[in-house]
Amino acid sequence: MPISIKMPALSPTMEEGTLSKWLIKVGDKVASGDIMAEIETDKATMEFEAVDEGTVVSIDVAEGAEGVKVGTVIATIAGEDEDASAPAPAAKTAEPVKAPEPAKASEPVETAAPAPAPSGASSAPVSDGQRLVASPLAKRIAADKGIDLATVHGSGPGGRIVKADLEGASAGAAKTATATAAPSASAAPVAAAAATPVPDFGIPFEATKLNNVRKVIARRLTEAKQTVPHIYLTVDIRIDALLKLRGDLNKALEAQGVKLSVNDLVIKALAKALLIVPKCNVSFAGDELRTYSRADISVAVAAPSGLITPIIVDAGNKTVSKIATEMKELAGKAREGKLQPHEYQGGTASLSNLGMYGIKNFDAVINPPQGMIMAVGAGEQRPYVIDGALGIATIMSATGSFDHRAIDGADGAELMQAFKTLIENPLGLLA
Amino acid sequence: MADQYDVIVLGSGPGGYVAAIRCAQLGLKTAIVERELLGGICLNWGCIPTKALLRSAEVFHQMKHAAAYGLAADNIRADIDAVVKRSRGVAKQLNQGVTHLMKKNKITVHMGNGVLKSATSVEVTGDKGTETISARHVIVATGARARDLPFAKADGERIWTYRHAMTPKEMPTKLLVIGSGAIGIEFASFYNDMGAEVTVVEMLDRVVPVEDADVSAFLEKALKKQGMTILTGAGVESIATSPSGVKAKIKGKDGTVTEGDFSHVIVAVGIAPNTESIGLEALGVKSERGIIAIDDYGRTNVKSLWAIGDVTPGPWLAHKASHEGVIAAESIAAELGNKDVHPHAMDRANIPGCTYCHPQIASVGMTEAKAKEAGHEVKVGMFPFIGNGKAIALGESEGFVKTVFDAATGELLGAHMIGAEVTEMIQGFVVGKTLETTEAELIQTVFPHPTISEAMHESVLSAYGRALHI
Repeated sequence: MPISIKMPALSPTMEEGTLSKWLIKVGDKVASGDIMAEIETDKATMEFEAVDEGTVVSIDVAEGAEGVKVGTVIATIAGEDEDASAPAPAAKTAEPVKAPEPAKASEPVETAAPAPAPSGASSAPVSDGQRLVASPLAKRIAADKGIDLATVHGSGPGGRIVKADLEGASAGAAKTATATAAPSASAAPVAAAAATPVPDFGIPFEATKLNNVRKVIARRLTEAKQTVPHIYLTVDIRIDALLKLRGDLNKALEAQGVKLSVNDLVIKALAKALLIVPKCNVSFAGDELRTYSRADISVAVAAPSGLITPIIVDAGNKTVSKIATEMKELAGKAREGKLQPHEYQGGTASLSNLGMYGIKNFDAVINPPQGMIMAVGAGEQRPYVIDGALGIATIMSATGSFDHRAIDGADGAELMQAFKTLIENPLGLLA
Repeated sequence: MADQYDVIVLGSGPGGYVAAIRCAQLGLKTAIVERELLGGICLNWGCIPTKALLRSAEVFHQMKHAAAYGLAADNIRADIDAVVKRSRGVAKQLNQGVTHLMKKNKITVHMGNGVLKSATSVEVTGDKGTETISARHVIVATGARARDLPFAKADGERIWTYRHAMTPKEMPTKLLVIGSGAIGIEFASFYNDMGAEVTVVEMLDRVVPVEDADVSAFLEKALKKQGMTILTGAGVESIATSPSGVKAKIKGKDGTVTEGDFSHVIVAVGIAPNTESIGLEALGVKSERGIIAIDDYGRTNVKSLWAIGDVTPGPWLAHKASHEGVIAAESIAAELGNKDVHPHAMDRANIPGCTYCHPQIASVGMTEAKAKEAGHEVKVGMFPFIGNGKAIALGESEGFVKTVFDAATGELLGAHMIGAEVTEMIQGFVVGKTLETTEAELIQTVFPHPTISEAMHESVLSAYGRALHI
């Protein structure tokens, strides 16, 4: 009798797994103890051994299939004396749920798509498993406004939701449960960014329509805080040497008309640190991790229209005077609203510096799909233990926010250490 | 007395006869009243016979340009009588078709002049005397006629309406067309192709003024190239007839008045609804300048009285009348207790318009200017026929497809086309608009090659900076 090989539960909590690799093929003879496949669970990749003996008749779940439920038939083997060419209908029909196709199987376990493509093609949210019928235009307007189509009554043929039905419908009825459960739907973060209606308590106010920059900030940061698990690591850094170096360099560069700011040196330090600890120069991209070999630093600039982050490309390999020159130009453009998309889209990590406002330290929100952001506070004279005695030093606190999906605490700590070392021994920034 | 019918339809044009068929399909006992010919203007004196004429003109035009296709045709000439005869034959065939449809759907036809006696009864005066018929609902579908110019009353001799122009006793040599709407331009195009010297006078600053400004500009250039004289921003001040022709005083754009001699004049300055002397005033039916006010389903302010087609607000087009007829029929059926019909409101934004001049014009939705006026930030796509292989192969590379999208939502706000076969193509955009597509679905749609319709795809692509063949 043919034997159905089912997806095993390789750990007590395992409900589904990825069939990473088949080590057998149709026609192969297997014996008890042979390793048939590698299966990836939520925790580890494990080998799957054969218990029975026989010939492989069929492989029912393709290699690479994700989200294969425990108990799903993944292969069929025929016993010693059986005709291996005969199909095993009993085995197949015995299992009501046929193994889903790889592409489909991947959907339920897919996590956040880091690049929210605002495609109108994305299907409407579903409620109770029922298909919502809505026009493409209605779907797009609903997504833009953060309207949950499940709450809208359709007036078109067969209850189809059309544009007119959305007039007057308000955002805010966004399904939070859906949003967290399926962050891959681009509509979800958008819906979440759309604020719930704010009650009016009679306090005088002036309403200002959101500009696009503000809308993008709202959407992206909501998305970041809701979908990216942040960890925060803080270090105190002594910057007396850096300040001295800056003074010396500025004297030397005066003739060239270049003036370095502390921030320019910090940009360089962060970029170099990322090159030293590439584990932190990454993007968490759903089913893969991208480790960048170049450090492009997005530098937060407060522009009149809102926060914007022009990029110093390859800051790790640029001289500090080059960084200073570029930063001056980019910041100027940012304030005038003249940045080109390529000048602010991208970046592998961010830097936000609020030191000029006297902020001691703060935790910044990661700018997805980047893996980290460095928040830098004011350099100030503080009591400091120097060589075992209390003295006075100029100290700057820096807090790195890391995407814990991609970066472990120890890796983040390593980056903070490299960053601190570079700043406290600033000649390394010039090498 | 019990009502004889569930519904009486007054008028059997494309609005009336379609309404009657839909009523009959829904099981309503239906009568239709017609004073002249079943099928109304459209079939007998409008859309269809003019298309027959224009087809002749097109063939003639092609014959004259045979050499361009490597063919020789000598001694070609047009026989206007034979051309008209063919057109009348086509009209007759369709008129008989409507007679058959009425019979098939068991719709009682009352030939004669109908006048409303109440909201539910109509007095019909025909050859066999007068009778009064009654129904639970009445649909007014009496249509419209050509509007007259006070100083140029059509006489059928030298001064024509569309109706005279369709059955000319003689071929005009020098023709003046007053008005450059669809009707004026189609006849101008026909007679120009047939060999007449044609002048078009338009009061507004561009021809086909309801179309997109780019279409108007393109058409004006094309017509001038074909030898027409186009006077925009101009008006005819007076017309004096003489046995040999007419003298017209035309005030030009700059205010100077010139006098011109013409053999014939076609007056095409719009239409007037046929809403007088059918008993509407006595019933207190609300109307504005003869146009009956209705809701989105065709209800007038008087209970049980409905109105569709050219007697209601525009656009005054046959297909709009037919569609209103269906909506009114279904609404009546619903009122009479039919639970299975779900009439939808008329959506005037999605009514296409077609003009069969040469080159053809077709459009749906908002022009670029109207869209901007309505406060849309727009994305505009433009694709010329010269970039389309099929158009070049046909020797019809004159024309373009323009698309207007809402920049924020991707809604297709309007589509405007000029060139060969565009009247057959516009429906693609109309379906899209009715289904509320965005640019994404249109971009994803596969258009067949080689067809002129590929220009539609390219136009959409162009609106998003993605056109391939330009």
